[in-house]
Parts: sequence; C-alpha cells; structure tokens
Amino acid sequence: MAVKVVRRRELTFWEKLYIPQILSGLKITSKHFFRNLLLHIAHRLGLLKHLRASVTYQYPEEPRPLMSRFRSRHRLTVRDEGTPRCVGCMLCETVCPAKCITILAGEHPDPNVEKYPVRFDIDLGVCVYCGYCVEVCPEDAIRMDSGILDVAAYSREEMKLDIHELMNPALRKPVGECNLPFPHQCRLTGGQIKGSWEEVASGRR
Amino acid sequence: MIDVAIKLGLAMVVFFGVLNLAGLHTWIERKQSAIIQDRIGANRASIFGFKLLGLFHPLADAVKMFTKEDIIPARGDKVLHTLAPAFSVFFALAAFAAIPFGDRLMLGGRVIELQVAKLDVALLYIFAMLSLGVYGVILAGFASRNNYALLGGLRATAQMISYEIALGIAIIGLILVYQTLDLQDLVRAQGKLLGGWIPLWGIVVQPVAFFVFVTAALAETKRIPFDLPEGESEIIGYFVEYSGMKFGMFFLTDFLETIMVACLAATLFFGGWQVPYLMPDGFHFPWGGSFAVSHWTYVLMGVASFSLKVLFFCWLFMQLRWTLPRFRYDQLMKLGWLGLFPVAVANVVVTASVLYWLGGRN
Repeated sequence: MAVKVVRRRELTFWEKLYIPQILSGLKITSKHFFRNLLLHIAHRLGLLKHLRASVTYQYPEEPRPLMSRFRSRHRLTVRDEGTPRCVGCMLCETVCPAKCITILAGEHPDPNVEKYPVRFDIDLGVCVYCGYCVEVCPEDAIRMDSGILDVAAYSREEMKLDIHELMNPALRKPVGECNLPFPHQCRLTGGQIKGSWEEVASGRR
Repeated sequence: MIDVAIKLGLAMVVFFGVLNLAGLHTWIERKQSAIIQDRIGANRASIFGFKLLGLFHPLADAVKMFTKEDIIPARGDKVLHTLAPAFSVFFALAAFAAIPFGDRLMLGGRVIELQVAKLDVALLYIFAMLSLGVYGVILAGFASRNNYALLGGLRATAQMISYEIALGIAIIGLILVYQTLDLQDLVRAQGKLLGGWIPLWGIVVQPVAFFVFVTAALAETKRIPFDLPEGESEIIGYFVEYSGMKFGMFFLTDFLETIMVACLAATLFFGGWQVPYLMPDGFHFPWGGSFAVSHWTYVLMGVASFSLKVLFFCWLFMQLRWTLPRFRYDQLMKLGWLGLFPVAVANVVVTASVLYWLGGRN
C-alpha cells in the first residue's frame, strides 16, 4: 500500500497570534447565539414562526414532519359503505418476505367482487416495513401512510394487529368494541364470526 | 455595632449575589450552549406546570447533589478528602470580599464604601486568594489516592503556576499607570477622562495587558480551553473520586472563579462601577450640557453598571468556552511561558518607559 505523507500546514504569523482566529470563532458562535436568541424571543411573542430557532423537535408534543413516501404503520383502505377494499387475493401475503400477513378469505355477496377478508392480521413484531404489500396490491387496499411511528407494546401478542386496528388507524390497543358491520373473524369474541352482509346492505351499524 | 451590621449586610449582599449567580451559571451554561448549537436546552423541570425557560433545573440539580450518596475512597485520606472542596469554595468566595461594587454611599451621616473589606492591598489579597485556591485542587488529587486524580491535581498546579506569573505581571502595568493597589482607588482613578472625551479605563491605557490578563485568568478558572486539570474525556481530573455535593462544590468553584475573573476584568480594565461621564453630582457630557442626578441614583447606577459589566464578561467567557477547543498540554505550557510571559514583561517595560518619559520622574 502506498503511503501518502500529509504535511501539516505551518501556521502563519497571523494565526499564531491566536486572537484574530479566536475572534473569527467568536463571530460564528455569536451569530448563531444572537440569531437563535432573537428567534426564540420572537416565537414567544408569536412572530416569525416560519423560521426555526433550533433543529430540535420536542418529539412527543411536536411530531417530526414525515416525507410523503415514508412507510409507517399499515392501514386497510375502506369502501364508502364501510367494508374493506381488500378482495382477499392473497398477493400481499404471498409477496411478504417476513410472512407476517395472514388472510382468511370469505365469499362476498357481490359477484363482481368475489371475495373479501374474513380475517386480516399483520404481526408487526415480524414485519420489516419493506412496503412490498403496498406495491403489489391491485386494489389499493393496503397502504403504509397512517403516520404512526410509535409502534411499541409490552408483549408479542400486542404487536399483532387485526382487521379492527388496520381499518381504523386511530384505534389503539386494547380495542374496546367491535363496530365492523360485515362478517369477520372478531378477536374480541374469541375468534367467532361477527356481523353480516344484511347489516351492511341495510346501512345499520 | 452599626458598623459591624453594615459590614455584615454588605457581606450578605455579595455572598448572596455571587452564590446565586454561580448557581444560575449552570443554567446559563446549558442554555447558552444550546442556543449557540441550534438546540433548545434544559426545559423540562417544572413546578406546578410552570417551566420558566428551564430555570428550575439548577434547583433540581441542587436537590440531586445534596441527596446523592457521598463516597470517600476506602484508601483515601478522609479528612483531606472532605476538606479539599471546602478549601476550594472558601478561597473562591473569600476573594470577593475585596471587589468594590459601587461608589461610597452617604447614609445618615455615614460613609459606606460598597466593598466588603476596604483593603489597601485589595489586589494582592485577591491574587493571594486565587492562588490559595489551588490547594483545594491539589489536596483533592492527593487525598483521593487515585492516579488520575493526582495527575489532574498536578496538571492544575503546573497550570496555575505558569499562568499566575503572566497574570501578575500583566497587572503590574496597570498598577504603574494608576499607582495604587486599592481597588476602590483604582476604579476612582478610571473615572478621569482622556482628552475630555475617552474615559481613562484600563482597556484604554493597557490594551495588551487586558488580553494577557483575560487569557491567563481564563486558565485560572480551569475551564475549556484550559481544562487540562479536568479533562473530562481523558483523565476526569482531580475530582474523579468525588460525588454528591462535594463534587458540586468543585463545580461551583469553577463558576465562582469565572465570576471572579469577570469581576476583575470589569474592575481593572472596564472602569468597575464607573458610568462614562457620570460624576458624583450628575452627568457632564464632553459635548457640553450636564444632567444632575440624586446621590442614590448615582450610587445605584454605579452598582448597575458594575453588574452589567460582570454579566457581560460572564457571557463572553461562556461564549469563549463554547467556541474554542481544548489546548494540548505542550501548547498550554508554550502559550504560558513563551507567549504570555514575554508579552507581559515587554508590556511592563514599555509602560514604565513611557511613564518615565511622560514626566512622572518622581
């Protein structure tokens, strides 16, 4: 391996005096100091809010802005009548490299739709957030745009999301009450099928 | 009896003010560094939901310091280990006794000098106290029975000796000009005007001495860029074996010394409690016109002027501390012995010659 000798530049007389160099350093720190101080004061008075006085985000109170392509927690998109857009084609379950998606398909009363998910589970403890499920979906039924980053739980069981949480990102564990009208496998009632298509057709919730 | 009461009152004012400012320095340090570095800084401690810009953090720090376990090394010297931080704080605080923070106050036929101890040799006294401060540091290093602590103590001693010489010689030029060691007289002498326009402050007559003084004095405070005795990233320094409030006392000493240096810089080079063009009976502007002020206003303006100058220097030293990196040890010694010392000596020689040729041949 060739050795490259890097010679340190000798300090000039001006630099050896220290004081001019110290002053130029002070100029930089003072510029930051006074700019930020004035901005902090202006913010207290409600002025110049568009200029940031610090790079800090006070995280739990002030969420960080996310890029629009950022992959956050999944959500299932919903049709107008409140049923999932998912047609149970199993493409996402197939493409998932972590095998964290479990779908159980049921028959949809509309012959054009054919199928719907009776059960749609994602184990976030296993998910690698690759976004393949979103890319592969032909129905735009699953997206990763909920903006939820603080996925944390005390047990592995709590990391497993079912159709209730996926269809309603605002819902946090523990899920209190099931309000899904169509037939689905409801974890709240011990894995039994709840809801009916008649309910959906009559518009009753 | 009343004299004693007055002295006690003055001592209380100085003690209270200085200790509070030192306590506040922990907050200033955190906030100022945060603002310099585009951060927010301490803002979480709250009492009943009031955060007050994080001003409760020093309070929380004090509570934490007092309630932490106090550990004395098993093989260390218990008496000296306990005594060292007390020495450190005592000498740092005692030095403030000779700092004049205002002109004489006439109150009920009494003349009260706004200075705790009216000493003819105030300057010598302060430097003596600052030098004795090194005892706390070297004792801490010695009594801990820890190699790193001893190394820190030795470094501190070497640094103090190197820089105190430059510090003392820098001051000699000033003493030559004002011909007094009494700080109150020295400040009064700075009230004269040079050519009727420029206040005859120390910085005007001794600019070189000012830079030497500030550099050497910063080295005395043992803070960055001269924090070799502490060296948090390598040897932790002389207080490595200290915990709880004993560590807090060393921490406080650093800030007390910073304030002391700020006081000295303001007193010696920036006219102490002098306000430009303010005489005891009011303002006399060099462009003509005067403005009379009452005695109380005059004295209070002096005290305010002194406080402002001290606060400015505290700010400046904090800014310097967050601007400069640490010196290497050989650079430190080189700067002290080959940089500051010859410059200070040359300054004395030039000052003395100029004074001689200006006709002060008595």
